[in-house]
Amino acid sequence: MNVTTAPQQNTRLNRILTVLRDVVSRPSGAIGLSLVVFHVVLALVSPLIVPYDYKAMNSAMMLTGPETAHWLGTDHLGRDVFTRVLLGGREALLVTGIATPIAVSWGGFAGIFFGLIGGRVDEVLMRVVDAFLSLPWILKMLVLIVTFGTGIEVLIPTLAFFYGIPVIRIARAATHDVVARDFVAASRARGHGRMTIIRRELLPNVLDTLMVEGAMRWSWMLLAFSSLSFLGFGVSPPTPDWGLMIADARGFMSFAPWGVLGPVIALSSLIIGINLTADALAKALGIDRAQKAPV
Amino acid sequence: MSTPLIDIRNISVGFTGKSGETLPVLRNIDLRVGEGESIGIVGESGSGKSTLALAAMGYLKRGLRLLNGAVAFQGQDMFAQSRRELEHIRGGELALIPQNSGQSLTPTLRIGAQLIEALRLHSDVPDAKHIAKAVELLGQVRLPDPDAIMTRFPHELSGGQQQRVAIAMALAGEPHALLLDEPTTGLDVTTQAHILELLRDIARARGMAMVYVSHDLGAIARVCDHVVVMYAGEVVLQGTTRQVLTAPVHPYARGLLASIPKLSDPRLPVALDGTPPAPGGAGAGCAFVDRCALAQDRCRSARPELTPQPGGEAVRCFFPEQADQISLAGAGAEPAKVAAADEPALRLEDLSISYSQPGVFDKILRRETARVMTVDGIEITVEKGETLGLVGESGSGKSTILKAVAGLLPPAGGQISVSGGAPLAREVEYRSADHLRKVQLIFQNPDDSLNPRHTIAEILEQPLKLYFGLSGDALYQRSAEILERVRLGAHYLDRLPSQLSGGEKQRVAIARAFAAEPELVLCDEVTSALDVSVQAAVLDLLNELKATQGTTYVFVSHDLAVVRALSDRVAVLYQGRLCEIGPSASVYSTPSHPYTEVLLDAVLEPDPDTAPTLSADDVVELSPPACGCPFQRRCPRKIGAICDTDTPPWQQGEDGHAIRCHHAVADLSRLQGVQTKEQVS
Repeated sequence: MNVTTAPQQNTRLNRILTVLRDVVSRPSGAIGLSLVVFHVVLALVSPLIVPYDYKAMNSAMMLTGPETAHWLGTDHLGRDVFTRVLLGGREALLVTGIATPIAVSWGGFAGIFFGLIGGRVDEVLMRVVDAFLSLPWILKMLVLIVTFGTGIEVLIPTLAFFYGIPVIRIARAATHDVVARDFVAASRARGHGRMTIIRRELLPNVLDTLMVEGAMRWSWMLLAFSSLSFLGFGVSPPTPDWGLMIADARGFMSFAPWGVLGPVIALSSLIIGINLTADALAKALGIDRAQKAPV
Repeated sequence: MSTPLIDIRNISVGFTGKSGETLPVLRNIDLRVGEGESIGIVGESGSGKSTLALAAMGYLKRGLRLLNGAVAFQGQDMFAQSRRELEHIRGGELALIPQNSGQSLTPTLRIGAQLIEALRLHSDVPDAKHIAKAVELLGQVRLPDPDAIMTRFPHELSGGQQQRVAIAMALAGEPHALLLDEPTTGLDVTTQAHILELLRDIARARGMAMVYVSHDLGAIARVCDHVVVMYAGEVVLQGTTRQVLTAPVHPYARGLLASIPKLSDPRLPVALDGTPPAPGGAGAGCAFVDRCALAQDRCRSARPELTPQPGGEAVRCFFPEQADQISLAGAGAEPAKVAAADEPALRLEDLSISYSQPGVFDKILRRETARVMTVDGIEITVEKGETLGLVGESGSGKSTILKAVAGLLPPAGGQISVSGGAPLAREVEYRSADHLRKVQLIFQNPDDSLNPRHTIAEILEQPLKLYFGLSGDALYQRSAEILERVRLGAHYLDRLPSQLSGGEKQRVAIARAFAAEPELVLCDEVTSALDVSVQAAVLDLLNELKATQGTTYVFVSHDLAVVRALSDRVAVLYQGRLCEIGPSASVYSTPSHPYTEVLLDAVLEPDPDTAPTLSADDVVELSPPACGCPFQRRCPRKIGAICDTDTPPWQQGEDGHAIRCHHAVADLSRLQGVQTKEQVS
């Protein structure tokens, strides 16, 4: 027999570190992750570093262009745009940061469960999911928000609910690949219950897909949140928010484009960052279909 | 000999490892294949045999690169050809037949369209004659009703038929040489024997050269004139088939031969311990030194060269004259006999299983519909400590029966009971904890039956926690103990399945089953995904566990020799119906059921002097006949109308040997008396 090597470390932490290292070693991962980290850190510290009070209006200088005192100029109420851009992501990151894990968890669990039970129940429930997905999301969400109000306590569950539904599909498809494998049959034959099979056999194998899907859902949700704000159903003024700022500055775009440009760049850099990270993560986890080696 | 058709000169192929070094997969290989010659390349998985065969086409898998050497086909350097020239040669003058043709045929195109495409690209047959030529090719590969096959889709054909279509496609370009990469692996014994005969005949008739890659020495013995034995990317022995298979002068080749279970030998095959070195892992000495029983100091310090021998073969060994110290057969362990007739460990009473579900309308209308029974009328009792072998071709229902016993597939009728007498619930969800523990299942492919995300410790703790409630130190102790029992150490506990070799993985799967301290272990083709040398070790382990634990096995395999090595009794299944059951010695000798006879005759032995007898065609039946004997359509000893109409009675022989046939036992002995292999050995 070969001389056996020293025991390898196969802890969960080790795997996470390996994947993280792989993500960072890719250009898309390095750029994407630094953008995301930059935004998150900024959201945490921005109240401490902003140069002005975000509410402070100044009727003397409305819609002024960029200058040394106001890097991104001022808006129609004379508020400093730079300050508001720095603060504008806080609300969005807080709401989506809570709603995304909830969406992925419940959608993932439901998808795995449907994938495991299969058969007619699965078939019927998936048609319900399809019906849900066929309605425009904004319509569904507006109905709920109009009914229950616009606070965070309504936005988080609403976003978490609607963004969990597409996760069901993904998780179910990933589960179908795993459920037919013998280790699931082995677990059944040993007498393990359904919940144990989901937790011990299926979840670890579906988790990779869920992580990537979660990252993608996060960026979609940010977009949705900003859209709601844009339409006036998200954050209420005077709280600074990118979507709201774009809506406010839209009318003056022709002669004061910086009012729109600031929040647009901030929002898109965050979303691009998340998407790049998700891409790199998929490649690092080996579930990127385009890159799959032809074995 | 004129210029060889395929001339491989001193090639090395390698890939770049994680830390940047070059790791060789093939090392300095020379191989020449002349016109009409047939060369077999054998070796364990990872020995580089497929890479070598594909390199002969000028093709390397992604990530591999040519380090040195050259490959010439008909004098042209294959690695210097342009893409267009390669396209012309490949599939035309040099054709490949892959292992799994089902996957290499396009699923959305009809067989006819695919064949015509091959003709259009690689032959000078005028367009108008393509259809006629395609039909002719299908006829040449002995497919029944070629016109009908032309309009079929690949999934409508059986594995053997798909392989024949692949051969027909390869023949479309009138090739000078065929490369065959494990073309019969995964096929039934009878189908395999038929395909090999076909290849032999076609190669002879057309004067084609063949390079036949296989781990199956039996298949090599049948079709090849010369054999090349590969180990760790090197040729270790090269010679005529007779030299290599009957008196090999390399210790590895001898070990490989000894590890093959043989029909004529009731003992277990001898395992070849250890694993080959990983690419780049071989030291300064001979690559085989760690596993060689005859290794000496010189073998560790210097690398032997491939040296010609007086007999004409070439061998990479310092001491070829000592190789015959390693016995080719007969040193294997005796199968353990622990059967006790006090209490049956498993009793199947009139078991029937059906995959068809009653339709919605039938349910609503409460209509009774006749369900097609995949498995029907199975009556088997297995004594405690006994090993029952279940054999039959694919689709014979042997794995289906195991699934029903394990509770994964509820039977349509009949009863399954284990020791203690109480019948098992039909579905696993309703079984008692005691019943669950008593019955354990081991699967065919450990890659599929071990969760890739779990460490070995996590895999083993599942039965230990579930059945015995162990935790903490007791759990660790027990896991380590169980690993020791399957000859793996406690240091394996932290590893993931992907860090283990195939044999080690299957040991973990066995350990997991035995962790439950079961009374009945169901083995579903447990060795068929493994190399022969590893297979022998796994059989040895199962035998040892049986001797120490007194476990009862139901051992399913399509390989009759493997079943013979381990079983006390054997049951032969055809189309989900029992044909014959009895002590293995009786089943493997005459008289036997005509189906058993067909199976035994088709077995390939690694001996160039034996040939399989093909007494029945290899047509695959999709469902059993509605009445009469299930084997009526293929039976070489069919009596007449009675076989079509009446279910045959059980004919009792000695020792509980029973044959289900309209022929009386005495008639069968008379009919089969002349032509069985068993009597030769």
